[in-house]
Amino acid sequence: MKPIRIKPWKIQTLRLSIHGFSNLLLGFAYYQALLGLVLGDPVQYLLDFTGIGALNLLALSLVISPIASKLKFAQLMPLRRTLGIYSAIYAIAHFYAFVAFELQFEWLIIVSEIIERPYITVGFIALFLLTTLLITSNRISKNWLKSRWQKLHNYVYISVCLGVLHYLWAVKTIGPQPVIYAFIFALLLFARRKKITNLFKK
Amino acid sequence: MLIKSTKRSDESENQVTDETVFNSRRDVLKKLGFLGAGSLLGGSALANPLDWFKDERPPKFVQSELSFNVDTSTKQTLTPESQAINYNNFYEFGTSKSDPAKHAQSFKVNPWKLEVEGLVENPLTLDYDDLLTKFPLEERIYRLRCVEAWSMVIPWIGFSLSRLLKQAKPLSSAKYVAFETVYDPKQMRGQRSRFLGGGVDYPYIEGLRLDEAMHPLALMTVGMYGKTLPPQNGAPVRLTVPWKYGFKSIKSLVKIKLVDKMPPTSWNILIPSEYGFYANVNPKVAHPRWSQARERRIVGASVLDQKRIDTKMFNGYEEVTSLYTGMDLARYY
Repeated sequence: MKPIRIKPWKIQTLRLSIHGFSNLLLGFAYYQALLGLVLGDPVQYLLDFTGIGALNLLALSLVISPIASKLKFAQLMPLRRTLGIYSAIYAIAHFYAFVAFELQFEWLIIVSEIIERPYITVGFIALFLLTTLLITSNRISKNWLKSRWQKLHNYVYISVCLGVLHYLWAVKTIGPQPVIYAFIFALLLFARRKKITNLFKK
Repeated sequence: MLIKSTKRSDESENQVTDETVFNSRRDVLKKLGFLGAGSLLGGSALANPLDWFKDERPPKFVQSELSFNVDTSTKQTLTPESQAINYNNFYEFGTSKSDPAKHAQSFKVNPWKLEVEGLVENPLTLDYDDLLTKFPLEERIYRLRCVEAWSMVIPWIGFSLSRLLKQAKPLSSAKYVAFETVYDPKQMRGQRSRFLGGGVDYPYIEGLRLDEAMHPLALMTVGMYGKTLPPQNGAPVRLTVPWKYGFKSIKSLVKIKLVDKMPPTSWNILIPSEYGFYANVNPKVAHPRWSQARERRIVGASVLDQKRIDTKMFNGYEEVTSLYTGMDLARYY
């Protein structure tokens, strides 16, 4: 198969539209929740929107390298970073909604919930990992961390597993949506099974 | 007998946002084009990958006005109607909170048949009209506390369950009351598949001890916010037991059976370690996934309108305390 190559401005446009859409949707969700424009519970709406948004963006970021290698379309690869950054930002927005609107800055309860409730504990660890990856996603960190950078960023696979577990666990009983997500992420991890098993062999 | 004496636990209607005011505010936003654009972009654009392929909502279920004795005892802010009818746990229509409002609008409530049977002298069958006319209707503004640590204040309309039970004349051997939701997989997508219905073995069943059921606070509910119930809230008739977690307040009732043994209940069957038979609101007994010490009161449409408050024993309905004298409520949760 022939490698795919497109004009750089097209990739650039794609990247800018990821920036645009991610920001616009997140902004709109907060805007609606703040102005009371959603039906039902606005807090739950915001938690669902940001939480599921983070998972969607993470899934998109993970689907890029299998596609890029299948189609020999290397230009797509930098988009992983863009999507990954927004996945972390959505996760932070999710935690912020939990802290600010669900528990309204009652820090004692927030800390005890993170420690005592296993589904919140795993969610918090996933958030911590994604935030670390977000902070080290720039070129300066990459140059500074050298070979350790890739090792560090392999932790994305752990945060994927914890994120899905958090979702499965948070609901009162198993419904279709969390199961669909678990299935999608299982496929994404399966697509890179060689790389992941190699990580464990080292 | 009308229960009209004002108690500390009574709720008020003084600060209720008038529906027309509430709706006109929405109209203003609509005219500005915000609501339309908002539902396009926000809605659940990212909420569910399957939603991308779904279309518009079906026409809304038609509710009718009720005449009833207004609850004038006053103190706390009501939850706006749009919150109470669009945020529901009714797994028969799907496990997401927005599913019932989405998938229940074409639910048929007339004709309906509610049977009162079992250990009674006088078995009864109520049809749709009986539900609305057999007993004088009264408004009761109750707090609804969900086990998920959120709460609402809702103006229900109905009649005391005790009135209905008295007509059926329970036998002395009757000790418990078993309740059953309609089983109609054709109309209820959650009952068609265990997957959509959250693993609950349908029909949904609930139960009360007879003395709990006879407490005047236990309300057979046929309406809310001045109108008949919408399907997502349990039309045409549901139970409301305000001192217990919301899942005890079983919806769309077709059967009430007086029995001599403690009846099985749906959530207890599904996860016995998390849900007991009694399920009294109790800030001291934590659920494995939610601390029950405090709750978030949904009193407005914005995230900024939420109030964090302490959860009270029996949801603040102290008048039921005597039902549980000598019982270890940490054990019988």
